[in-house]
Amino acid sequence: MSDRESPTKERRPWKQGRPPMAWAADIPTGRSRRPRGRPLLYTSYSQDMALLDTGAKKVWTGLLVLVAFGLSVVLADRSLEVLAGAYVLAIGAIGLNIVTGYAGQVSLGHAFFVAIGAYTGAALSGPPGGRTLGFGVAEIWIWLPAAGLMAAAAGVLVAPLATRLRGLYLAVVTLGLVFLGEHIFKEWDALTGGPGVGRSAAVPQLFGVRLDQDGPLGTREQLLYLLMLVLLIVFAVAARNLARSRIGRAFMAIRDRDIAAEVMGVPLTRYKVLAFGISSFYAGCAGALLYSISGYVEPGSFSLLLSVQFIAMVLIGGVATVSGAIAGALFISLLQPLTRSLPALVPFVSADTTVTPNVFQVETVLYGLLIILFLVFEPRGLFGVWIRVRNYWKSWPFSY
Amino acid sequence: MTDVVESVIRGLGNGSVYALLALGFVIIYKATRVISFAQPSLMLAGAVAVSYLAEVTGFYLAVLLAGLLIAGVALVIERVAIRPMVGRPFFVVAIITLGVDVVVRVVVNAFIGRDVRQMGDPWGFTQVSFGPFVVQTRWLAMLLVTAVLVGLLFAFFRYTRYGLAMRAAAFDQETALAQGVSVGMVFALSWGLAGFLAAIAGMFVGTGQGVEQLTWIIALKALPAIIVGGLDSLGGAVVGGLAIGVVESLFQSYQGQLAPWLGQNFAVVTPYVVMLVVLLIRPYGLWGTKEVERV
Repeated sequence: MSDRESPTKERRPWKQGRPPMAWAADIPTGRSRRPRGRPLLYTSYSQDMALLDTGAKKVWTGLLVLVAFGLSVVLADRSLEVLAGAYVLAIGAIGLNIVTGYAGQVSLGHAFFVAIGAYTGAALSGPPGGRTLGFGVAEIWIWLPAAGLMAAAAGVLVAPLATRLRGLYLAVVTLGLVFLGEHIFKEWDALTGGPGVGRSAAVPQLFGVRLDQDGPLGTREQLLYLLMLVLLIVFAVAARNLARSRIGRAFMAIRDRDIAAEVMGVPLTRYKVLAFGISSFYAGCAGALLYSISGYVEPGSFSLLLSVQFIAMVLIGGVATVSGAIAGALFISLLQPLTRSLPALVPFVSADTTVTPNVFQVETVLYGLLIILFLVFEPRGLFGVWIRVRNYWKSWPFSY
Repeated sequence: MTDVVESVIRGLGNGSVYALLALGFVIIYKATRVISFAQPSLMLAGAVAVSYLAEVTGFYLAVLLAGLLIAGVALVIERVAIRPMVGRPFFVVAIITLGVDVVVRVVVNAFIGRDVRQMGDPWGFTQVSFGPFVVQTRWLAMLLVTAVLVGLLFAFFRYTRYGLAMRAAAFDQETALAQGVSVGMVFALSWGLAGFLAAIAGMFVGTGQGVEQLTWIIALKALPAIIVGGLDSLGGAVVGGLAIGVVESLFQSYQGQLAPWLGQNFAVVTPYVVMLVVLLIRPYGLWGTKEVERV
């Protein structure tokens, strides 16, 4: 085992006729086994860099994925539809987390990129020659990447503005983007069907099998749920990989101190453009998928509120963590069905929108309050809560 | 030609409302380095407060009371949600104000209900004519009141103890603290002032057409105004607000004939277009302080 040799054994490697930095070759980089009884001892870089770096994480992540797949059989169709929507929102939230959480560029314009993805997907898979633009390509593996790429292109176009601006200037400009986008999508009837009318959304069809209809493989909700779950896993693993790569480290360097990053050789413009591009790609994919569940897109849905919802997911879940973004998206999506069931439990809350207080008001107030409370009391979000709970039990019974 | 002048006057009227809101944004920004996204909800709350109080006390007293009431609300928000966050990243505080905005707006919307609430203002849609020009009285009232308020505000910053304290804290918080300025008081005062200005702006937005749940969107147009003028420039906020108002009004009048391909209601988004254009040329707005980074 080569990793037994410590790189510090040769005290002055450059004095011994070896080229400079040659000692770096001694640092073990390949796979290596941990000593027995020391499950948390890292003996090589690859262990430190692993996606699932401890045994506990491997076991629990595996179980979680199994349970998630198992739910498709156990749960009722209505719950599956809610969860499928939550998974798609999680993809969007991971995207926002890349640009805002990892790269530190505050974006209130996520709804705009979601809209571009939604309409690219809808237009590609829509029936040709109908009331709205359509090209009749219903295969998901064509329209999903196309939607992502179109949104990414928009993100790259916007990015030059973003690279000139910092902090809150950027937040306001991206906010303006949402309003401009809303105007364009409301006016472009041929694509969007116009406000209040809308159009049919992207059709999820995989190798000729319609996933939005009951089939021999399962009910409509089961198929959609499984599709979204698989895609979420793919996107989440990709984001984790990105975060631990050279690009991810460059993003974090820019977030923590952009001038220091630039001095260390991170080209700011290139990486900011990249962050916007990747984030928008995620947003576009999420947009195309989100409305394929309900089958219908209305241009009014891409308002500032959608952006704020994504911000809420990231902040409540945990900034700059992939698992946090997923937890936040699940939390926000499950908030709606929970508040809908409030009238049965709390007598003074009404389901009628003309009465005060009603469930919609409660839901909106909860968004706002949760954002405030999490930021004041637990800035690391649900992820931070989890870390605290974990650390408590890890050191139990000496946790103080 | 008369159309153009009338359109510009309408723009100046609306623009002075944006200027009031923009001043609120800038005052808070200068004191705390945060853009308060809670301004729209405070504006809406001010308009609704006027609409209720006017039935009891008459319009003019109602405006004053509503202004003070909303200033009080702003003080409470500052104390409860913003003060504990001193020293945290500005972005985090900005997002908190976004949360405050959502909460306050739901509460205010409950008071508005489904209908449009009237202000009970004396102007309505009445018009006066100056020779060939016919303009609505309310545009003139907006312009006049804003001019007086801006004058008072600048005098306050220039000649009073508290104004000096605010300028000192905006210039350098730590040094101001060391000289005996209560920075907490400055924060509170800035939020109170911004709340008062927002309430007056809300009242003007509600004149004529009344106030409804969607009225808050108007307040966001003050954001392009402050970006155009520069985030930390009071004069820039006034000029930016007026400029945004005039451009919007001109587009409202002529875009339908001259550039119909831009779509209906393009005027609504012109503030954001102006903002993007200005930022492409000057990333810190027209009068904003260029950030100098020392390593």
